[in-house]
Amino acid sequence: MNADHPMHGVAPEPGVRKPDPVLIANDLQRSFGGLQAVDVKHLEIQRHTVTSLIGPNGAGKTTLFNLLTGFDSPDFGEWHLNGGPLVGIAAFQVARRGMVRTFQLTRSLARLTVMDNMLVAAKDNKGEGLWGAITGGWHTTEQANEERATELLERFGMIDMAGEYAGSLSGGQRKLLEMARALMMNPEVVMLDEPMAGVNPALTQSLLAHITGLRDGGKTVIFVEHDMDVVQEISDWVVVMAEGRVIAEGRPEEIAKNRTVIDAYLGEHHGEAAS
Amino acid sequence: MFWLAAITLVALFPIASFAAGESIGGKLIQTVGEEKTPAEGVTVIVLQGGVEIGTGQSDAEGAWEIPVPAAGVYDAQLDTSTLPDGVGLTDPDKEVLTDITVREGQAKKVIFPLGVGSTSSTSSYERVGALFISGLKLGAIIALCAVGLSLVFGVTGLVNFAHAEMVTLGAVTAYFFHASPAGPQWPLIVAAVPAVLVGAGFGWAQETGLWRPLRVRNTGLVAMMVVSIGLSFAMRHLILIFFGGEPRAYPDFAGQPPIEILGISVVPKNLMTIGVALIVLAGVGLFLQRSRSGTAMRAVADDADLAESSGIDVNRIILITWMLAGGLAALGGIFFGLNEAVQWDMGFRLLLLIFAAVVLGGLGTAYGAMVGGFVVGIAVEMSTLFMPNELKTAVGLVVLIVILLVRPQGLFGTRERIG
Amino acid sequence: MEWGSVFIDGILATIGPVTAAYAISAIGLNLQFGYAGLLNFGHVAFMLVGAYGMAITVDLGGPLWLGVIVGILTAAFLGFLLGLPTLRLRADYLAITTIAAAEAIRLVVRSSWAQPLTNGVFGIQGFADSFFELNPFPPAELYGLGSLVVTGRKLWVMIVGWTVAVLATLLIRRLINSPWGRVLKAIREDEDATTSLGKNVFAYKLQALMIGGAIGGIAGMLLAIEQQNVTPDAYLPQVTFILYVIVILGGAGTILGPIVGAVVFQFLFFTIDALMVNTQANIGWVGDLLTPAAAGQVKLVLVGVGMMVLMVFRPQGILGSREEALIDER
Repeated sequence: MNADHPMHGVAPEPGVRKPDPVLIANDLQRSFGGLQAVDVKHLEIQRHTVTSLIGPNGAGKTTLFNLLTGFDSPDFGEWHLNGGPLVGIAAFQVARRGMVRTFQLTRSLARLTVMDNMLVAAKDNKGEGLWGAITGGWHTTEQANEERATELLERFGMIDMAGEYAGSLSGGQRKLLEMARALMMNPEVVMLDEPMAGVNPALTQSLLAHITGLRDGGKTVIFVEHDMDVVQEISDWVVVMAEGRVIAEGRPEEIAKNRTVIDAYLGEHHGEAAS
Repeated sequence: MFWLAAITLVALFPIASFAAGESIGGKLIQTVGEEKTPAEGVTVIVLQGGVEIGTGQSDAEGAWEIPVPAAGVYDAQLDTSTLPDGVGLTDPDKEVLTDITVREGQAKKVIFPLGVGSTSSTSSYERVGALFISGLKLGAIIALCAVGLSLVFGVTGLVNFAHAEMVTLGAVTAYFFHASPAGPQWPLIVAAVPAVLVGAGFGWAQETGLWRPLRVRNTGLVAMMVVSIGLSFAMRHLILIFFGGEPRAYPDFAGQPPIEILGISVVPKNLMTIGVALIVLAGVGLFLQRSRSGTAMRAVADDADLAESSGIDVNRIILITWMLAGGLAALGGIFFGLNEAVQWDMGFRLLLLIFAAVVLGGLGTAYGAMVGGFVVGIAVEMSTLFMPNELKTAVGLVVLIVILLVRPQGLFGTRERIG
Repeated sequence: MEWGSVFIDGILATIGPVTAAYAISAIGLNLQFGYAGLLNFGHVAFMLVGAYGMAITVDLGGPLWLGVIVGILTAAFLGFLLGLPTLRLRADYLAITTIAAAEAIRLVVRSSWAQPLTNGVFGIQGFADSFFELNPFPPAELYGLGSLVVTGRKLWVMIVGWTVAVLATLLIRRLINSPWGRVLKAIREDEDATTSLGKNVFAYKLQALMIGGAIGGIAGMLLAIEQQNVTPDAYLPQVTFILYVIVILGGAGTILGPIVGAVVFQFLFFTIDALMVNTQANIGWVGDLLTPAAAGQVKLVLVGVGMMVLMVFRPQGILGSREEALIDER
């Protein structure tokens, strides 16, 4: 790892500060009926990196995702995106501000076509307002959006499916659609919840290329993953959670040797995709 | 002489023309066990839209008749202050009879059921006490019906609107075995047995013939709920065809004289309703806690996949749940019929209150449904202390709406997690 | 057996003003249920509120056109009141809440407590005169072909009714084919996914509820004008149920579904009814088995059974596409 790497010089400690954080969380807590699901003292995500979030089942990764993106509200704590506080901000607002998430079980809009899926994601279409829909005049924006969507679909190799119902796509194709759709929103931070889950191993490489492509295109990517090989291959940084807390942070090589992490995973096999 | 006769004739003419037309009347007879005594000199007032149309007094035979100007819908109110000593309404709700439809040329007969009354007007303690007992009774009925609905939801996720018709079916079947001239005319307690069995059988039939095949076909829960609404609708009108539109009362226990307990006037059959319901509900509780099937039922309601992987035959448990729900609903229906009357849409009229109970307690919990039932029953009855009688069902519905807004998981349910 | 008159009855019912009113109401419900996926089982309340809003306004001395506006606004407002607290609930909870709310409203309107305003059980009459004054056809004259005739009065209501139905359909088409409609369809598919795409799901659902409700209110007003009368007992839960059959039969989530559904349903409904009444009266063993009242119930039993069969075997209805129904994971 050379001095150009953004994470160069950052100590591998949980809660460590980052040189240029895009997302900062403080004292985030969430419990369900007595069980502490998330208890994160301090977490910073470095801009323009691929950070993977790993940990055994039940560690609280998805709950953390839900809290950060507004799909769930914490019992305590605050977090901000580019300095803007997100406490109490509705989930759809968080998405509009630039932090977009996908879901563990792909949620394609099944009875909409692939193109419609993309078009829904476009922001600021006057026709999406009630008044705009009745008065009309949204066709120029719609066309511009269609062009952007076509570009993205081509990039993801899905342009031939543009007219198909999303529900008829294969599992891997739906993952790609979710990613392409998220990009329609021009997000700053893309949060992928287990993007490899249920995907044919043959597709894994191309999916990985797309994820690093996101970072190279100027986005920050956070993704939850179980497969350690995937984590090693593309992560710039790794955050490890167990029982709701961040127990370790560091570069992939450091994490692989980390005693605490290995203990937390005791009983789980390295390299096997667990879901 | 001639002029006197002429004036009398003219004066009598309007009355005569009225008398040839429509009227509302009846006989006020106090019934205490086998003894019947006419109540004389009691005033009845006929109203329409809150406006007084006419009054009348009962004669030595207790008969009264008040002419009304035309066919239409009226109310009749008994002036309880004019009742003789020791005579009172057996049901304070029946002080005003509403929605009396008088057809053209009809002399409509209505009944104010009279029994032993307190010698003075009821004190507020007596009134509150009587309403509380009423509430417990309605609550017991709702609880019996609600437990089944909640359990079925718990194990299958289905909100079954046709549950209403399981209630009606129980009451109607009991009526057939008890009072129908075509039936064996058994005492009600005996007739209840085949009714409950039919209820359980119908639950079995629904699960085996309809819901399980739909689950196999992977029908969505929303679609199944709509199917249950269709089933409810079809059955309701089928029952209407075979039972008829008129409400009918069970002959047994009708016109029971009230007894005094702790200074409150209570009709024994109400106590019986509450008592039997409590025993049955306790039995259900024991079943759920102690028996293997009951425990399995709770496991399936909690997490069906987990239960299946622990070796529980989920389909068998679901079947047992349906049969239990059907039997309980039938029993609830019999008590409801005992309390009011057996009618083709009685289950449907109760359904919204059953929903209120189930939601209040927490959809899917049996104990919640029991508690919810009693709370709704008491709230509905006691609301008449400060609200007009006709709005008391609306009160139950408002309770339902408020609960859903404030605490949708009910008293005993758990909040759902997202994602 | 008078097959001819049975058929005529069916046709007349199918093109009549009541069918138009049901079609309009179904258009509103279709927006809520077919497109937005809202399980609103209290739709009859919108019809009641619209009709009463209009009738009360006229009763208090206002002109009919003002009554119509009041009716529409009241129905939309009901959608707002109903939606604000309940749209966050799950589908089955929403169904229960809306039924309860509709019944509660009906009971209150019916009560003697509300008498001064709503005239309780008896309802309000005589508000529709200005509507019939506008009738260009002489009310007593008969129009039509052969035995298929309607009075001038009825013809007027029919023309107005069906025109409104067409206008409502055009409005829905404009909305649905716009980006707004696309978001609505996305919400029906998956609310969380749509939220993650930056859409205010709650606002869209509320708008659908209010617009659908306002359209329902218009339907209620049309029915009230046709019958020259509003009473609370004309707005029972049964009406909502029939509307659902109509929407699903025609094809939930299609533009023309509500009109097709209303027409087909009414035709079947009345034809079966006329058939039953006829056979009960004329065919011996049927008359022995069923009373006239019971014969009239048969069509309702069939509605219930029909609904079940429809949901299981052809949930997409007449106009819906099989593909869209097959992918339904719900």
